[in-house]
Amino acid sequence: MSSASARSHVGSGAVSRWSLRILGLGFLALLLAAPLVIIFFETFKDGVQPPLDAITSPNGIHALKLSLLMVVIAVPLNTVFGVVCAVLLVRHKWKANALIDSVINLPFALSPVVIGLALYLLYSTNGGWFGPTLAEAGLEVLFSVPGMVLASIFVSLPFVVRETVPVLQEIGTEQEQAASTLGANAWQTFWRVTLPAIRWGVAYGVVLTTARVLGEFGAVTIVSGSISGKTETLPLFVSKEFERFSEPGAYGASLVLALLALTTLLAMNLLKRKEDA
Amino acid sequence: MEANPAALPNSAAPRAGIRLPGAGVGLGRGYVVLYLSLMVLIPLAALVDESLSSGLGNFWNQVSSPQAVRSLELTLVASLIVVAINAVFGTIIAWLLVRDEFPGKAAVNAIIDLPFALPTIVASLTLLALYGNESPFGIDIAFTRTAVVVALLFVTLPFVVRAVQPLLIEMDREMEEAAASLGAGGFTIFRRIIFPNLIPGLAAGVALAFARALGEFGSVLIFAGGLPDTQVSSVFIRSQVESGNEPGAAAVSMVLLLASLLCLAAISLIQRWGSRHERSTGGGLVMPMAGEMPSETDVKGGDDELR
Repeated sequence: MSSASARSHVGSGAVSRWSLRILGLGFLALLLAAPLVIIFFETFKDGVQPPLDAITSPNGIHALKLSLLMVVIAVPLNTVFGVVCAVLLVRHKWKANALIDSVINLPFALSPVVIGLALYLLYSTNGGWFGPTLAEAGLEVLFSVPGMVLASIFVSLPFVVRETVPVLQEIGTEQEQAASTLGANAWQTFWRVTLPAIRWGVAYGVVLTTARVLGEFGAVTIVSGSISGKTETLPLFVSKEFERFSEPGAYGASLVLALLALTTLLAMNLLKRKEDA
Repeated sequence: MEANPAALPNSAAPRAGIRLPGAGVGLGRGYVVLYLSLMVLIPLAALVDESLSSGLGNFWNQVSSPQAVRSLELTLVASLIVVAINAVFGTIIAWLLVRDEFPGKAAVNAIIDLPFALPTIVASLTLLALYGNESPFGIDIAFTRTAVVVALLFVTLPFVVRAVQPLLIEMDREMEEAAASLGAGGFTIFRRIIFPNLIPGLAAGVALAFARALGEFGSVLIFAGGLPDTQVSSVFIRSQVESGNEPGAAAVSMVLLLASLLCLAAISLIQRWGSRHERSTGGGLVMPMAGEMPSETDVKGGDDELR
């Protein structure tokens, strides 16, 4: 493979070029393209009605609504945090910045199950640090929506920061300086100069955050208890339907999630182009 | 967005730019520290506390139980196999996307990120449909260790491609042509010229893929199952939670947490080394996918601005 790549660049190896194409594209076809195709195939193999019935069942609708609720709460919280944190990291030198930066990367490297377990132990009513106190105050975190929101926030926390930091560095400070020379205060400069300049980077981060929250399974499965019609998001619904041997439900919900994933890819490509422009 | 901070024209610019007003900085920092503590640090502290609550001896007993050791071994070995395969195929795919021309190249480039966007449980379900007992290809590897490897290959595929691709784009092709005109063969050119320039990206991509593989859960669950033979650590942890053995779950989680920290430290070192490498050779270490790549050096660059 190694010799082929250089030789075909130099232009003398049609055979090696074709073998590389077959290897690389074949790998992609078997690993990426085939799964996408089979979702459609499996979902509709007995017609449109069974999957449609399954995902419009009360549990299916509830799962979809709960998934959207996760997005509506977790994404704005992480977006505001991400932009503020990025501005502080890039524009305000502080001893703790390196540490903050490392902590932000943690959710990328951690197993979602470990994240779920950490939250489970913290909010357990049976000996967790916060659980008993919150239970006395009447707030149920585990096996209910607040715990699932916390898990969603944890796993998707880094994206907006990571996308915004490089854009902030790239735009530089000249326009902002000009604005403040012309008498704009810090907030005016931020809203009128900085935010418009970083908006595509932030938007890219928001898309990634949304996709992560919609698809999250490992962390949420631990803290939610996966109670049908109560604490089940779409990915949990897929898993539960599969365990029940309800293929139309599992594939129908999978298809919804796959279409959302394709929309995400489309949005990522459009935003990349906007950013590069 | 993928520009390297070290190469930016503004890195020597004077301080200023958007700065929060005096009180705002303190308030902002308080908010950032509080948010990170509540969302990330305190839960992890509770995990560390639980794993050590009944003493180091018990922690060790939990980690060294046969089932735990088996799951950790499988996780480690499968992750190593997966990053090795992805290092080779990721480089081939990156090369095809940069140096080759074929119809549908834009679509192929776009679909590379699919594993980042597709929920892992959906991946697991579709892999089972493709490579289970009803496989249209006649390949049945469900509930085997091979299935663990295939599931991990799927979720980690983009990392190496996205890390190597920008390096190939930026690579100076004159050197290769010069080497060829001096009589170097294809293999020599790859080994002496192309490969050394790809090492920083390849290393970063491999480290990220490795970290991801170690902790992967959803994609393995349905396809490989939780049989004693196919139970990776994250699946083991969940089974321990379900059977009420929280100390056991917490102990194995601690091992994964430590492994994650090591991976992050390695990535940070690779990046620092890569950005030095970049200055000396003109190649660049760019994030595989900006969203997935920790970037301590980026933040360092920001600090320089203020000096």
